[in-house]
Amino acid sequence: MNIKLLKLLGKNARYEYKDLATMLGTDEASVKKDIAELESAGLIRGYKTVIDWEKLDTAAVSALIELKVSPQADYGFEEIAKRVMKYDEVESVYLMSGGYDLCVMVRSKTFQQVAMFVAKELSTIDAVVSTATHFILRRYKELDVILCEDNEDDRGTLSL
Amino acid sequence: MNYNSILNKSVTEIKPSGIRKFFDIAEQMEDVISLGVGEPDFPTPWHIRSEGIRSLEKGRTRYTSNHGLLILRDEISKLYERKYGIKYDPEKEILVTVGGSEAIDGAVRALVAPGDEVIIPQPSYVCYEPITVLAGGVPVIIETKAENEFRITPEELKAAITPRTKLLILPYPCNPTGAVMRRGDLEAIAEVLRDTNIVVISDEIYSELTFGGESHTSFASIDGMKERTVTVNGFSKAYSMTGWRMGYACGPEEILDQITKIHQFAIMCAPTTSQYAAIEALKNGDGDIAAMVEEYDMRRRIIVDGFNSIGLTCREPLGAFYAFPSIKSTGMTSEEFCEKLLYAKKIAIVPGTAFGRGGEGFVRASYCYSVDHIKTAIERIGEFVKEIKK
Repeated sequence: MNIKLLKLLGKNARYEYKDLATMLGTDEASVKKDIAELESAGLIRGYKTVIDWEKLDTAAVSALIELKVSPQADYGFEEIAKRVMKYDEVESVYLMSGGYDLCVMVRSKTFQQVAMFVAKELSTIDAVVSTATHFILRRYKELDVILCEDNEDDRGTLSL
Repeated sequence: MNYNSILNKSVTEIKPSGIRKFFDIAEQMEDVISLGVGEPDFPTPWHIRSEGIRSLEKGRTRYTSNHGLLILRDEISKLYERKYGIKYDPEKEILVTVGGSEAIDGAVRALVAPGDEVIIPQPSYVCYEPITVLAGGVPVIIETKAENEFRITPEELKAAITPRTKLLILPYPCNPTGAVMRRGDLEAIAEVLRDTNIVVISDEIYSELTFGGESHTSFASIDGMKERTVTVNGFSKAYSMTGWRMGYACGPEEILDQITKIHQFAIMCAPTTSQYAAIEALKNGDGDIAAMVEEYDMRRRIIVDGFNSIGLTCREPLGAFYAFPSIKSTGMTSEEFCEKLLYAKKIAIVPGTAFGRGGEGFVRASYCYSVDHIKTAIERIGEFVKEIKK
C-alpha cells in the first residue's frame, strides 16, 4: 500500500502525476497505477476542493446538528445514519461517543433554511429523540487548510 | 570624532558579506518569490514551544549553570550515543551555547592564537573565516570541487597542512552545497590527521537532515578522532528552532574547559526558557524530525528535478536543505545571474560566491518552501534562462 502517495494526495489532490512521481522517486506510470488501485480498493473515495465560501456574498450557512436517536431492533444507528445522509443539505454524518449519537453537518443558503430543514426533515424521523443546532460562525481551518490568512512567511527574503 | 582611528582594525577590515547590497534590494522589492532563506519554514513543534511556556509559568527565569542545565546535557549525551555512537560525559564534555554559532566562535577562540592557520573548506557557511580572522588566525581555504561532490579529499587536506596548521573545520552536511562526508571519506581525512596535533571543529548542525538512505556519520566516531574533535551541533535546523538560539559543543574536557571560560565571561549561560524547550525536543522530538525530513526529501526531489529540467545542472544534495545548481551554461557570473533574475522575474536566490571560494558558477536555492512555491519559482527561473539564451 502506497501510504506516502496517500499522504501526498491527502494534502493536495491536484499534484500532477509527474510531480508525484518525482517526489516519490518513481515514474508516472506506477503513480497512475497506484492511484487507480487505491481508488478501486475504496481507499480513495473522492476528490474535493476546500472552498472559502465566506468570501462570496451569496455565502452558504453551515451548522453542526447534534442528533440523539433511539435505535430499534431492526432500525439501528446504521439505518438512521443512512436515512439522514440522503439529504442534499447534509455534508457529513458521524456516529459519536459521548453526549449525543449522530453529528450531522448541514449546509444551506440561509439560517432560516437550515432551521426549517432540521424542524421539518430531521426532527420528524421517528427514531430521532432530540436535536440541537449549532451554527458555524467562522471557519479558521478546514481539512488541514488554514482559511484565516494566519500563515504568512515572516522569514524575510534572503539569509545565509 | 574620527571613528576610523578608534575602531579595531581587525573588525573594520572584515567585509560585511559582499552581497549585502543585493540582499537589501531584494528585501525592499515587493512580491518577491524567494528561495533565499536558510531556515526551516515549519514552526517549532507545539509540544516543544509549550515546554518553553511552561518553564516561564513555573518562574524558571534565572541563570542556569554556565555549562547549561545538567538534565539537558544529559539528554544531549544520550542523543550522541544513540544516534552517532559517541559517549560524551555530560558533566565534563558538553557545553550548551547560544546557537551553534557561539560554539564555533568559542572553539576557535579557545584554540587559535595569532598566526595559527585554520583550514576551511569552501563554499561553506559564512562565519568560519571572519571568526578565524577575529581570533588573529589565518584562514587557509580549500576550494571543494563539484566533481568531488564538494567533499574535501585527503590530497587537498595534505596540501593545505603546514607546520602552523592548528584547526580544520569540517562543515558537513554543508550549507550551501548540500554535500555530506560518508564514513569512508571521513576515515581518509582521519588518516591524514592521525599523527598531527591538528584539532577538528566538526559543525554538524544539519546532521539530522540527510537523505538517500545513509544517515550522518559524526567525525568523532572515527577511531582516534574523539580526542581531537570539537563537535558542534544545535536545535535550529533539526527541530526548526532557529529563534531559540540553542546549540552545543562536545569535546575533550581540556578544550571544553577553555571554551566554557570564554562562554562564562561573554555569555553567562544560554537562554533558560530555550534550554527547557530543548530538553523536550530531545526527549520527544524524534517523530517531528522524521516528519520534517520526509517532507524535505520530497521538496528536494522536486527542486533538483526542476533545475535539471530547465537546463541548470543540479547534483543531488544529500544533506541540509539547499540545492546548489550550476549556472555556468548561461555564461553569467553568479552575482550577475541572481541580480538579473531578481529584477526580471522577482525571484530571490543566493549567489554561490556569497559562500566563499569555489562558489562562482553556482547559486544556492533553499527548499524550505512548499512544493507549490518551489514549482512557481522554478517555472520563472526557467523562463528567465530561456530568455537569456535567446
